[in-house]
Amino acid sequence: MHVIESGNVAAATGVKLARTQVIAAYPITPQTPLTEKLSEFVSKGQMTAQYIPVESEHSALSVCIAASSTGSRTFTATSANGLLYMSEQVHWASGARLPIVMCVVNRGVGAPWTVWNDHQDSISQRDTGWIQMHACDHQQILDTVLKAFMVAEKVSIPVMVCYDGYLLSHSYMPFEIPKQEDVDRFLPSFSSDCKLDPEHPLNQNTVTLPDVRPDIHGNMSPGYMEIRHNLQQDLICSLDVVKEVEDRFKGIFNRGGSPFIESYLCEDAEYVAVCMGSLSYQLRDVVDQLRNDGQKVGVAGVRLYRPFPNQAVIDAFSGKKGLVIFEKGISYGNQGPLFTDITSALYQVEERPFAHNYILGIGGREIKTQDLLDTFRKSIQSGRKNEIKTEWIGLKL
Amino acid sequence: MFVFAFDMETEFIWEKHFNNLTTNGNQMQQSTIQIRWHGRGGQGAITAAKIVANAAFFSGYNGAVMIPTFGTERRGAPVLTSLKISKEKIYDLSPIVNPDIVVVLDYLLLEEKGTLDGLKEGGMIIVNSPKTPEEYSYGHITVATADVTSIAESVGLKRGIVNTGIIGAFSKASGLIGIDILSEKIKDEFRDIKPEENAEAARLTFAKTVVGGK
Repeated sequence: MHVIESGNVAAATGVKLARTQVIAAYPITPQTPLTEKLSEFVSKGQMTAQYIPVESEHSALSVCIAASSTGSRTFTATSANGLLYMSEQVHWASGARLPIVMCVVNRGVGAPWTVWNDHQDSISQRDTGWIQMHACDHQQILDTVLKAFMVAEKVSIPVMVCYDGYLLSHSYMPFEIPKQEDVDRFLPSFSSDCKLDPEHPLNQNTVTLPDVRPDIHGNMSPGYMEIRHNLQQDLICSLDVVKEVEDRFKGIFNRGGSPFIESYLCEDAEYVAVCMGSLSYQLRDVVDQLRNDGQKVGVAGVRLYRPFPNQAVIDAFSGKKGLVIFEKGISYGNQGPLFTDITSALYQVEERPFAHNYILGIGGREIKTQDLLDTFRKSIQSGRKNEIKTEWIGLKL
Repeated sequence: MFVFAFDMETEFIWEKHFNNLTTNGNQMQQSTIQIRWHGRGGQGAITAAKIVANAAFFSGYNGAVMIPTFGTERRGAPVLTSLKISKEKIYDLSPIVNPDIVVVLDYLLLEEKGTLDGLKEGGMIIVNSPKTPEEYSYGHITVATADVTSIAESVGLKRGIVNTGIIGAFSKASGLIGIDILSEKIKDEFRDIKPEENAEAARLTFAKTVVGGK
């Protein structure tokens, strides 16, 4: 069934179809309509989940950690300062290896106060050990929520599903709501073999010494460093799981297929624009325009930001003449984080494309399609020169 | 002077008109019809545009997106939303810069800065106004008017509820989407609040909308 609804409703619909059992969330713009919709689903009996109202984001994720520890399929959602308020628990959830799914409706971070879109909130949490997926439209939001639960539960690592505040959360477009029986076929119910259960009491995540030591059975148990090393290893291995889940999804729903990088006209392209989120779709019109002028260009949207798909980046971009990397976030004091990741992945490639870094849309500054066109054109004309410094688009100083 | 006919051919006529526009205009995505809605906070311009997006999709426009521009809204402050419709999927969610049509829920907004910005030569203004199109003069722009405020009140809606009536004016003046499917979608949206009256407001406004020359 097709509907025209907002991105937040698409996310809520995915959470409902996934038969999520526990939801705890605290409202924050532009995430609020998502949690409102979920509480409506629960109060009308359209969903059998427990919706637990909390007094803060820190509590929201704490409740999710507790619920997930008992083996429940668990969801929360937030934005910007809400995400940062729960940051301690964000680290805890991945360290405790809990398969929580959280929508991050991307918004700029205060101060100064802003409610509008950029990517600084989720980018600032990229080193927490969560998987981070980005959606470009409403269909992808819904579908990614479903895939996120499957990936999270297979690798025991929590997943953030990120989508642009307002641009996607509050816009309306058609998307298909999959049938419940198809979703059930795709996503089996969650079972955990290491859960809190009053019948079988156990301690989890207690103080762990710097070195390994024998446990009460005499077996050597890992120290903090081993446990953290395993998280890193499992995150790298989750790349294969992300691909597997994508293929399984495509087999049932006949959609998707590009879990790492979603490319448009990149095959024969000499120059490729790279970015995350809905901007990669906006750039398709720019690419069409430049193709009309005879330029061999394409656009690539990075869908999976953590773990970073280094090999997919190498496969997609080695041999290109140039990359134009557009970002709605910045690593203050250095450069755009996506730029750093992409150029780092390509360091080992012999024929490296030049890479230019543009920062734009910060705090919801309007991204004009004409500006994207002019910038892309300028980068192509500048030749093969690499630029370390970032340039800001649409800045009015 | 461009004359609109209101029969099965209207869509074709508009598309021909529209193609003339886009070949001359500086349009990024040639096949997209761009409609910008202006109202005041609380008037329901966003709901109106959402209803039209819905009806457009179910009339065969596979690309129908509505992107509100959010400021720090207060009741009464000017608000706007971008509605783009196309036979193909729409990828560009940036606010409309060069609209083909501007729909205005309060004629006083015509005097506000920004309301008519970027409107294409040969484009159209559809406005809730007690005046006739002849009382407006915007060069090569078609003006369509309907006194939606009075019409809506006459069918039993609370004074000031104009966001369903204006949809009737949009249907008649643009010829893009039929009034039947729009009425149906209005009833869906307002199933709990006077569905029949809201649909009737659109139908009656459709009948009473006057489309001027240019």
